[in-house]
Amino acid sequence: MTKHLSSTWLPLGCLLLLALFPLIAPVLDLGFYVSFVRRVLIYALAASSLNFILGYGGMVALGHAAFFGAGAYVVAILSAQGYSQAIVVWPLAMLVAGALALLIGAISLRTRGVYFIMITLAFAQMVFYLFISLRQYGGEDGINLSAPSTLPGLSLASDTQFYYLVLVIVALCLWLMHCMVNARFGRALQGIRENETRMQALGYPVLRIKLVAFVFAGALAGLAGALLANHNLFVSPSLMHWTASANLIIMVIVGGIGLRFGGVVGAAVMLLLEEFLRLYTDYWHLPLGVLLLVIVLFAPRGLAGMFFRRSV
Amino acid sequence: MSGTLIAEQLLNGLQFGLMLFLIAAGLTLVFGILDILNVAHGSLYMAGAYVAAQTMQVTGSFVAAVLVAAVVTGLVGLVLELVLVRKLVVRDHLAQVLGTFAVILIANDVVKMIWGPAPMMMNMPAGLSGPVQLSPDFLYPAYRLLIIAVGLAVALGLYLFVTRTRAGVLVRAGASNRQMATLMGVRVPLLFLGVFVLGAVLAALAGALLGPITAIQAGMGEQILILVLVCIVIGGIGSMRGAFVGALLVGFVDTAGRAFLPTLLKLFFSPAVASSVGPTLAAIAIYILMAVVLVFRPAGLFPARG
Repeated sequence: MTKHLSSTWLPLGCLLLLALFPLIAPVLDLGFYVSFVRRVLIYALAASSLNFILGYGGMVALGHAAFFGAGAYVVAILSAQGYSQAIVVWPLAMLVAGALALLIGAISLRTRGVYFIMITLAFAQMVFYLFISLRQYGGEDGINLSAPSTLPGLSLASDTQFYYLVLVIVALCLWLMHCMVNARFGRALQGIRENETRMQALGYPVLRIKLVAFVFAGALAGLAGALLANHNLFVSPSLMHWTASANLIIMVIVGGIGLRFGGVVGAAVMLLLEEFLRLYTDYWHLPLGVLLLVIVLFAPRGLAGMFFRRSV
Repeated sequence: MSGTLIAEQLLNGLQFGLMLFLIAAGLTLVFGILDILNVAHGSLYMAGAYVAAQTMQVTGSFVAAVLVAAVVTGLVGLVLELVLVRKLVVRDHLAQVLGTFAVILIANDVVKMIWGPAPMMMNMPAGLSGPVQLSPDFLYPAYRLLIIAVGLAVALGLYLFVTRTRAGVLVRAGASNRQMATLMGVRVPLLFLGVFVLGAVLAALAGALLGPITAIQAGMGEQILILVLVCIVIGGIGSMRGAFVGALLVGFVDTAGRAFLPTLLKLFFSPAVASSVGPTLAAIAIYILMAVVLVFRPAGLFPARG
């Protein structure tokens, strides 16, 4: 019972803290960190969408950053063309990322094991080089956005208003993923993770379920990308370099694979560590690598695994 | 488009493909026998290049540079196997990718700490810096010919090693059925160690040979690793023959794509379209090749296991 309580109240408490943060931060002289927490939230959404297919679907996709980057580029390219209404552009970013995921997933999901890892990686590299070659949109150097997307009644140029919008969107998406994981669809997906042959024999359309999950995760990553484009007001192909995909996987693993808040905890821990280590040394990858080794070798369930029960 | 240009690009493709093979051979052996996807294999290549460049600066001898690079990187491989890889053998592929990715993060910062963030240059051996006259109107850099010769020799040596020696039999036995090999009395831990060190030495050899014609910098390992992964996936992960065919295919397709695709497209499309689509298509040609191969042969051209 206590376990159950903690898994309900802890997230709500965190949400409340996050909602109060922009109000408290200036008092504590942490105003600068409002924007930082916003970035954490955006990466939390991207990592959680990967956790959906990686943790619950057992699909080790090493190309998730392609969808993230595609969403960001939709916002940047449309903004350069003069379209910046968030109500139109952001769903379009999800649509494009989802369509890309449909194309890549339809081919990749036919392969197994290491081959799946490799082919998702190959497709992501293709997308990466595709955007490098878009010279009218900055090529390898990337492209600046002249202004953030517009929404009636809100100004995304305001740090706080954009913060609350991101918080609401990310919370809604996490809640949606939580519902899906516990719905029939999510149960079937987890069944496939455990034993694909058996689910096939039981009559589940295995490939279709995996593909739907893959596209859903791709679309959410696209939304995260759209948010990040507005956050940075800059988009470049490095968003979808294969090491960016690996970083998303690391966030999921560090946070806790297949755990409800694995992606959130992972994104928060990794970005905080990066920020913190950068203060002290140029060589911040090294301690990060050591930490990753320790987690892989000694804490296979990640950090969230120590605080939350497995929400299966 | 003249004959010499085509011949030159073919030789470039062969040279690139053979170097990819040196790296791919180790990676595919490690995968076939240890069943580990080692993404840090590119870091061993990087280590080889740095050590070779350093030795070249100190001694001025190219032969010494190659030998020292091979020995030092072999030792690095030895330590890596004993400390980390051995523990990852029993884990799933995801843990292996992450564990070895951590090695990449560490290795890149370590070389930056030792040699600084700026790219390092390595001199060519003095006698080989000029071109060689292959036919009356065809000059080709002597150093690249040396790379081709060494690459072919190593490929042949590996072939003889795997097919004609007792150690090679053990390697093949371990690759085709690890458990059976263990039961037949093969000392598997020793075999693992030997294969991993051999892979490291081969990667270092490629790094040392390519050193004078590439920028030696942190991150060079990841760049080439992706190409090498494409090679072994096309060939069939774990298969030596597959790695050879895959590496040459990727070497030729990549080189030819960059050299000829933009020109070729101009025959069919307007120059504006050709000059923007050409380079893109050339950059993604090998990934298209890989996707096509995997659609028709999901386990690569030469599947290593049944």
